[in-house]
Amino acid sequence: MDADTGLPSQSQNGQYLLLRHRDTPSIGELEVYRRLGGFEAWQKVITSMQPGQVTDVVKTSGLRGRGGAGFPTGMKWAFIDNKNWPHYVVANADESEPGTFKDREIMEGNPFQFLEGVAICAYAIQANAAYVYLRGEFWQLAAWLDRKIAEMEAAGLLGEKLFGTDYSLHIYTHLGAGAYICGEETAMLESIEGKLGQPRLRPPFPPSYGLFGKPTVVNNVETLTNVPLIIEHGAEWYRSLGTEKSAGVKIFSLSGCVERPGNYELPLGTTFRELIFTHGGGITGDRQVKAIMAAGASSALIVANEEALDTPMDYESVPRVGAQLGSASVIVIDDSVSIPWLINKTMHFFKHESCGKCTPCREGTFWMMHLTERIVEGSATLEDVELLQDVANQVKGKCLCALGDFSTEAVLTGIERFRPDFELAVAGSAVAN
Amino acid sequence: MKMVNLTIDGKTVTVPEGTLIVNAAKKVGIDIPVFCYHPKMEPVGMCRMCLVEIGRPVIDRTTGQVVREDDGSPKMQFGPKLETACTTPVSEGMVVLGTSEKAKAGRQDIIEFLLTSHPLDCPICDKGGECPLQNLTMEFGPGESRYLYDEKMHLAKHVPLGELIYLDRERCIQCGRCVRFQDQVVDDPVIGFFQRGRSLEIVTYSEPGFDSVFSGNTTDICPVGALTTTDFRFKARPWELRSAASICTQCPVGCNIAFNTRREAVSGGKWVIKRVMPRQNEWVNEIWMCDKGRFGYHYSKSAERLTQPLVRRQGELAPATWEEALSFVAERFQQAGDGLFSIAGGRLSNEDLYNQGKLTDSLGGKKVLYGTMGGGDLTAQSGLVPGSNFSDMGKETAILVVASDLHEEAPIWWLRVKQAAERGAQLIVANPRPTRLDAYATHLVRYPYGSEAGALLAMVNTLSAKRPDLPEAVANLVRSPELKAAAKAFAEAENAVILYGSEGTGLETSTALAQSCQNLLLATGHIGRINNGLVAVWQRVNDQGAWELGWRPVANLPEAMQAARALYVAAADPAGDDPAYLAEGRLGSQEQAFLVVQDLFLTATARLADVVLPVQAWTEREGSYTSGERRVQRFYPVVPELADSYADFSVAGQIGKRLGLDMEIRLAGRTFARLASETPAFTGLSYARLAEVVEQWPIVGRGDLYYGGTTYENSQGIGVQLPLTSAGGLSWPKLVEVGMPKIGLLAVPITRLYDHGSTLLPSSMLHQRIPEPYVVLNDQDAERLKISEGAAIQLIPAEGGSWLGVRAIARLRSDVPERIVLVPRSFGLPVAGPTVVSVRLAERVLA
Ligand SMILES: Cc1cc2nc3c(=O)[nH]c(=O)nc-3n(C[C@H](O)[C@H](O)[C@H](O)COP(=O)(O)O)c2cc1C
Ligand code: SF4
Ligand code: SF4
Ligand code: SF4
Ligand code: FES
Repeated sequence: MDADTGLPSQSQNGQYLLLRHRDTPSIGELEVYRRLGGFEAWQKVITSMQPGQVTDVVKTSGLRGRGGAGFPTGMKWAFIDNKNWPHYVVANADESEPGTFKDREIMEGNPFQFLEGVAICAYAIQANAAYVYLRGEFWQLAAWLDRKIAEMEAAGLLGEKLFGTDYSLHIYTHLGAGAYICGEETAMLESIEGKLGQPRLRPPFPPSYGLFGKPTVVNNVETLTNVPLIIEHGAEWYRSLGTEKSAGVKIFSLSGCVERPGNYELPLGTTFRELIFTHGGGITGDRQVKAIMAAGASSALIVANEEALDTPMDYESVPRVGAQLGSASVIVIDDSVSIPWLINKTMHFFKHESCGKCTPCREGTFWMMHLTERIVEGSATLEDVELLQDVANQVKGKCLCALGDFSTEAVLTGIERFRPDFELAVAGSAVAN
Repeated sequence: MKMVNLTIDGKTVTVPEGTLIVNAAKKVGIDIPVFCYHPKMEPVGMCRMCLVEIGRPVIDRTTGQVVREDDGSPKMQFGPKLETACTTPVSEGMVVLGTSEKAKAGRQDIIEFLLTSHPLDCPICDKGGECPLQNLTMEFGPGESRYLYDEKMHLAKHVPLGELIYLDRERCIQCGRCVRFQDQVVDDPVIGFFQRGRSLEIVTYSEPGFDSVFSGNTTDICPVGALTTTDFRFKARPWELRSAASICTQCPVGCNIAFNTRREAVSGGKWVIKRVMPRQNEWVNEIWMCDKGRFGYHYSKSAERLTQPLVRRQGELAPATWEEALSFVAERFQQAGDGLFSIAGGRLSNEDLYNQGKLTDSLGGKKVLYGTMGGGDLTAQSGLVPGSNFSDMGKETAILVVASDLHEEAPIWWLRVKQAAERGAQLIVANPRPTRLDAYATHLVRYPYGSEAGALLAMVNTLSAKRPDLPEAVANLVRSPELKAAAKAFAEAENAVILYGSEGTGLETSTALAQSCQNLLLATGHIGRINNGLVAVWQRVNDQGAWELGWRPVANLPEAMQAARALYVAAADPAGDDPAYLAEGRLGSQEQAFLVVQDLFLTATARLADVVLPVQAWTEREGSYTSGERRVQRFYPVVPELADSYADFSVAGQIGKRLGLDMEIRLAGRTFARLASETPAFTGLSYARLAEVVEQWPIVGRGDLYYGGTTYENSQGIGVQLPLTSAGGLSWPKLVEVGMPKIGLLAVPITRLYDHGSTLLPSSMLHQRIPEPYVVLNDQDAERLKISEGAAIQLIPAEGGSWLGVRAIARLRSDVPERIVLVPRSFGLPVAGPTVVSVRLAERVLA
């Protein structure tokens, strides 16, 4: 709590904004959540705000999508096509990026704040139905959310004619069947429609052609969980958190070779060093940090030098070290790890998860997986490393969706930035030091 | 339409706004390679083969003007990535580079990727020689593989998706064309992708596998040899094949096709047909055809074909020379004089019908078209005028389909009507039971079997001041809001077309139906303009042609034949269709009439004949047919004729010559010229005129097979639609009362695509799709009658006669109206029109 304003300031001061169950473990109970002011924002938007006003507040707050691309959330809501009805909201709870485990904690611990965010978004675009799309492995979580949704319905917070107005809203959960690609928004829409989970051609984008061909907003769980607070405390307050262009707080999923892996809710702009060393307790054993993957398996490999460690984790700064913030799943790689081995792991993942719709990704991930396999086994030559680089460049920029490009990030930056590891691997030895 | 200017590889192009780059390029002869894109389907941008560099003029944000370079040319901005030409619409001033280094490298990259998991077994692949992947590999493929052979995936190579289509999983490049064709074009979503990534495979969801009458088309648009037909698989190499243009004979659509033939050692050095392919005619079948047409041609090369004339001697049919047979026939026809009774089937060509008609008329005999549908005179008066095309029908058109299960009766019309509905046409489906067209209908009208004409008159009744009287059975229909709404939609549409079929009708009811269709068109002013008029969904390819040439069916054929002194039956098998002809000795008793049968096969009727004259199949000769849309189309010789055989027109001509008539016996073209000079609707037509072609879109069948598929280009004639003959005024039809019987059930004939016709059964590969003889009963009725699904039953006609020998399997359905028995035509149950019957279990009779 900020002593001057009485508004919650930022989480490291002891008060969480998103992971509020860490302060109040029983916040997943409806009375507790309501006692702490829950659903006041919901009531407020329905009873006293125009849908457009809600969107405006979110716009001014500077909230950006937490699913990976960092697209301004309010702007997305404003793109919704008002000539075509009905509208839908889809909450992206697919959380399949390796190293990302934040949405799960939100939904498990603080489900109502998330659902309230879904509801407010639905009101803002005047949708009467919202879907929460969960990865297949989240089946218990889906049952849990179903119970929470039922409690909201029983309390008159969801359903018909809410708060005495004409507005109605239903929220449904929908389980995927175990495909990473279904986290991509258009593949997710196909999946909800009962079709094979493959991305659609874009444009048209979901706000004009979405679920069942209707205008749809797709937002990440974390993105939506911010919304009730923004309504409650105002856009200006939210802007005051984080950096100028990357407003607010973010949950960083920290994993890899660190002492204390886990979710850390911190303002955007916190440095890698602070996350890894202050919060994460530093590198395990007496190892040195070698590389950082800031966006899970889809990351470029950041050479973890001093400059990189001092880089603020926000949407603008991370690109300066040749990477993206993405979903902020920070995987720490220490100097015991061979980069070709690491890349081989990511290639296994992408080969397994490529949906196969487009040629370069379908065939390229398969090929790259084989090449890295051979490099790791020590049965490759330097020409194979060149070939790997060639193949990655052949994939890059030619695919239907972003997964194809993602698959090349670690490969290309790995070869470029950690070449000695490859030379060693080819020479038969595993680690470059 | 707003036009857009752009340049593609240095050529300037002007195309309508919204055109995709790939199509704009095609219009100026630039081939941008594609795999997943197909001009008849929505783009998906999956295969990435069509990547090009695209530059767009830089627009100054403040002024909205194009920014210029120093030399005045517009400043171009090229995107950082290559873009897909198949998904990107043109825009003003765009510059497309398909042959720049970057774009070329993109193509090479994609080809290389495709080849990493492709077996490249071209030497044993049926597609080799006409394969887009093979062609593009030659053009862009790497000379050497960088991919380790050991790392290739090996997959099943002989996967039957059904008994007609095989999948080679290794060859599939996952372009999705087949799946999208089934989903989007024909709406039979029976195949799909399973798994993901490199494991993605095509599977069938249906039982039986790949259950779609359009399945063969997927093998034409599959850009590799992954999908092949049972018919052509491992049968020949494409480059050995010659092609000849023809017309499908299986239904009145008259799909344009190409036969591929080869002279081969395994067939003793003979020319044989290896496969049938669609041939483009955007007014008729576009680039598609149905499986009945594609696989049902085998009868033409059946070993059961008649090869020499037969003459009855001492009670037995024995081989004879043509001279003997023809002289004998001529002599007996001469004696019969006006007692000559000619029966012709709608399978005959215009030329055949003309000559047989000429012969019959000269003797003062009677011409009878074999069949149970009426109204061919009305379709000539009020049919589609030249220039009409289902493809052009959309929002401004209403299409009424009445008494037809169009999907079974004429699959390609079903497809085209469905697509018109998808483009926004008002589709009124009027039928006593649900059919597959209902799903696309904007209006559904149900009427009782037998009341089809009444139902249409009820529509007229709700519209016009001149109200026809209505029979009791449909009197209440006038108050039906669905019917009123349908009538209104029909009347208000700018253009309107009616297709009437033969669901449940016999000749009388069909004639009344055609008349009431014409009434509706007249009452609403939908005659004589493009995309307006009446189309009959005939049961034979050339029924319309027969009507044009003066042939008419008769209501009671056995009775009409009574006075005949000589019967001349061509391409018809009354005794095979109705055993009553045999049982009652109506045919084949010498005293009664001299019987000549002219056919391909020794039919049941032929077995009774005095003389049997073998003829050439349509694949062995020239001729022309008139489609249900009254398009006259030529077919050409495909394979050499059987030794010592003649075309039907020639046989009739040779008989005529012996009677001293001036008739053409050699050339189909000359026969047609005579026909045209004597038949007003055909005035000015000639074989040369029928052979004219025009540029069609999309461009198919040229070197770039990857664009449209292996459908043949039409270089042999798109045919000519006949002008309307003059129409009579509005006259109400004589309605036939077909009430429900007090006792018993009403058996009504319906048409099934895969039937027991003699022109289909010889295609053994279709046998799994051809059911045993069956009838369909309402499930409640069946329960009452204690008939269970699959029981063997017999139908007993209430008016006597015996069909006791004919058994059928009972199928029960809830969507058949109560007390109705559906009897598929040509399955041996001689129900020619609504007929009162009783049903009993076959076992009980036998026991
Ligand atoms: C291959 C791929 C996987 C993705 N997986 C996820 C995911 O698991 N969760 C998620 O929220 N967004 C994921 N996204 C991003 C979504 O497509 C989409 O941009 C996001 O849900 C939008 O929400 P936001 O604006 O709130 O970030 C993925 C994108 C791609 C290309
Ligand atoms: S890039 Fe990969 S995941 Fe995306 S559509 Fe293509 S094959 Fe599917
Ligand atoms: S079978 Fe042929 S048409 Fe179907 S996806 Fe494979 S390559 Fe494409
Ligand atoms: S629709 Fe008719 S004409 Fe066309 S292929 Fe099928 S049976 Fe032949
Ligand atoms: S992506 Fe354009 S043809 Fe396949």
